[in-house]
Amino acid sequence: MNFFIISLIKAGIVAAVLMTTLAYLQWVERKVIAHIQLRIGPYRVGPHGLLQPLADVVKLLTKEDLVPSHVNKFFYLAAPIISVALALTSISVIPFGPEIEVFGVRTYLQLTDLNIGVLVLLAISGVSVYGVALAGWSSNNKYALLGALRASAQMISYELPLALAVASPLLLFNTLSLREIVDAQAGYSFGFIARWAIFQGPLPQIISFIIFLIAAFAETNRIPFDLPEAENELVAGFHTEYSSMKFAAFFMAEYANMVTICALATTLFLGGWHPPFPVEFGSNYIPSALFALCGAVALYHALHPARPKDRFTLPVFAVVFFAIALAIAVPALNPILAPLFWFAAKTGFLLFLFIWVRGTLPRFRYDQLMRFTWAFLFPVSIVHLFATALAVALFTR
Amino acid sequence: MNDTLATAATGSKRTMTLNMGPQHPSTHGVLRILLELDGETIVKAAPDIGFLHTGIEKECEVKTYQQVVPLTDRVDYLANLSNNLCYVLAVEKLLGMEIPQRAQWMRVMLTELTRISSHLVWLGTHAIDIGAMSVFLYCFREREDLLRIFEMFSGQRMMTSYFRVGGLALDAPRGWDKVVRKFINEFPSKVDQYENLLTANPIWMQRTKGVGHVALEDLIDIGVTGPMIRAAGMPWDIRKSEPYSSYEQFQFHVPTQKESDVFARYLVRVAEMRESANIVVQALDGMPEGPWQADAPHVVLPEREKMKTQMESLIYHFKIITEGFSVPAGQVYQAIEAPRGELGYYVVSDGTAKPYRVHMRTPSFGNLMAMPHMLEGRLLADSIASLGSLDFVLGDVDR
Repeated sequence: MNFFIISLIKAGIVAAVLMTTLAYLQWVERKVIAHIQLRIGPYRVGPHGLLQPLADVVKLLTKEDLVPSHVNKFFYLAAPIISVALALTSISVIPFGPEIEVFGVRTYLQLTDLNIGVLVLLAISGVSVYGVALAGWSSNNKYALLGALRASAQMISYELPLALAVASPLLLFNTLSLREIVDAQAGYSFGFIARWAIFQGPLPQIISFIIFLIAAFAETNRIPFDLPEAENELVAGFHTEYSSMKFAAFFMAEYANMVTICALATTLFLGGWHPPFPVEFGSNYIPSALFALCGAVALYHALHPARPKDRFTLPVFAVVFFAIALAIAVPALNPILAPLFWFAAKTGFLLFLFIWVRGTLPRFRYDQLMRFTWAFLFPVSIVHLFATALAVALFTR
Repeated sequence: MNDTLATAATGSKRTMTLNMGPQHPSTHGVLRILLELDGETIVKAAPDIGFLHTGIEKECEVKTYQQVVPLTDRVDYLANLSNNLCYVLAVEKLLGMEIPQRAQWMRVMLTELTRISSHLVWLGTHAIDIGAMSVFLYCFREREDLLRIFEMFSGQRMMTSYFRVGGLALDAPRGWDKVVRKFINEFPSKVDQYENLLTANPIWMQRTKGVGHVALEDLIDIGVTGPMIRAAGMPWDIRKSEPYSSYEQFQFHVPTQKESDVFARYLVRVAEMRESANIVVQALDGMPEGPWQADAPHVVLPEREKMKTQMESLIYHFKIITEGFSVPAGQVYQAIEAPRGELGYYVVSDGTAKPYRVHMRTPSFGNLMAMPHMLEGRLLADSIASLGSLDFVLGDVDR
């Protein structure tokens, strides 16, 4: 089979999974925040609100597609397209799993393995400022303009520590290809400590991981750095004048950026799809065991229902969980699904962190945020980069 | 107002006029502020009030004295019992009435619970303005308990009208002390929860310390009262300086801070919640037994049973319901310490059954006047924190 068809199939699968993830990430966020805040979150549309994302999409699609008369039409319409296109592009260089063999075809679980994958990601995140800036400027609205100015300044400022934090593990692995970076994190020191970048010698990259995460919060405009869209002083920031699908595009771009940046953090610092402990200790059974446990819990609660409908909905969940557990346990599928599980689990944990922080912290003020990056984050990341370079020079070769 | 717009349009310096409100999410109601911005710095701030004008003061003049009580609920709808209390105290002063101890203590307890409930709304909205979403819902969890308590006493969650001239509308319901005690025993740990999320949080401190500072002299000149002035170092509390409704029998201290910034106001209000809880505990422990209404048949409605069996009671009932009670001619100013500061009712009587004039000196109005002092020269993002620390209610400003 030729490369073109395989790529199309892979792109189709990735696009479908990514879109579903984006929709359900929003559902998860609403649920998690709701439970942090003593609410129950979406509950009406489908069992436990599981069809809520679908309802939201239908709602946004059927809204009137309004273009205010005072906007600069070309840039006004281009901005959401730029945002969402760039946000979705960056997922293409992320590796999800190792080389696999399906029906005799060997392929990587990755859309495209560029030898400068990291640079592409940084470039895309740099260009994506345009979407926000153009949206605010072309809206011809004071709140939107202020929001866009803040957003561009913030995103450009946080790009630097982000790039520097990425540079340190690159020194360690001596490559720009994301797949080779993951490969370099395979194996275990002393037989049980994973050789992920945050644990790997000569200098564990835990500090640059933290810097990366902080900068990632700012890059994706999340609390505590969500000033561009701080709803209280700037109404809705740069997307104040946007409605229906154009608003949804920005929304989707934000969540896509979140997914990408978490996937990138997983790839660079958390060893990609490699399990946290060796196969000899049974890391291949963990996914199955976890899903089976989830199924058992669902079944238990179905037998002791807290709400009347649980008697019918929870057994379905239990069956789904057991089916996944079985699928992962099948020897033929295990080499494909287990790495995917670990990759998804790590990315999912980071995404949960994003949501958790949103439920906890207040937001910075604009000038404090700038001072924080230029006076603290930037110097620290430079010093750390030098330290890594020194350690690599002294201890590896 | 117009000259603000004019300067923005023609001034030599290029500034931008931003119209904040009246439908702005964090002006808490329908306040409109005209901001003149130089970049993100506020050059000039001019509040424009009156969007929620209800004409309550005027309406009081066509109601009988007893009928005014429900109107006072609607003035500061987050501290309705304080408004009830201030009005009935003013009328009782005109009548020269003696109120039984139990009613007085019940009034103290309920107004302190009102203070807690009002401060909870303030804390929640203030925190959500600065981005801490969850605190809002934690605060409303406790406020819900309080509203249930108010409902238990008066039958209404917000528009309670529970205090009447001469005492209370009803005697306390059965089992009230258990419900209140359960709430008040748990409440300090809930305040700890909010403080865990905010007080030592570096972002919270950065956003609030040194923000919205106004000098004490300015605050006094403007007429600011309540937690705002106590956060500037002046221990001014009417519960201490001119005790009413037997506040002199309670032990509590008046929390103060020196800094007069948003953080100091936050600390003062949180400490006040704890003090109020303390007062409620004292009221619960020492609640006197006895009548809950004054022995004044020409003012207070007779009990249902007496009204049906005794001639005089029936006559009084008929007269109070149909024409109200007349109050001796004179004028009186009664001030209390409402959650937001000094709340004063100035009632003028011409000897009839309806007040000649009721003027309300509301704390929100005075406090709002400090806003330009806080905002000018500061960043736009600070305006939200500063406005939150003012804790105004637009119904209270416009009435």
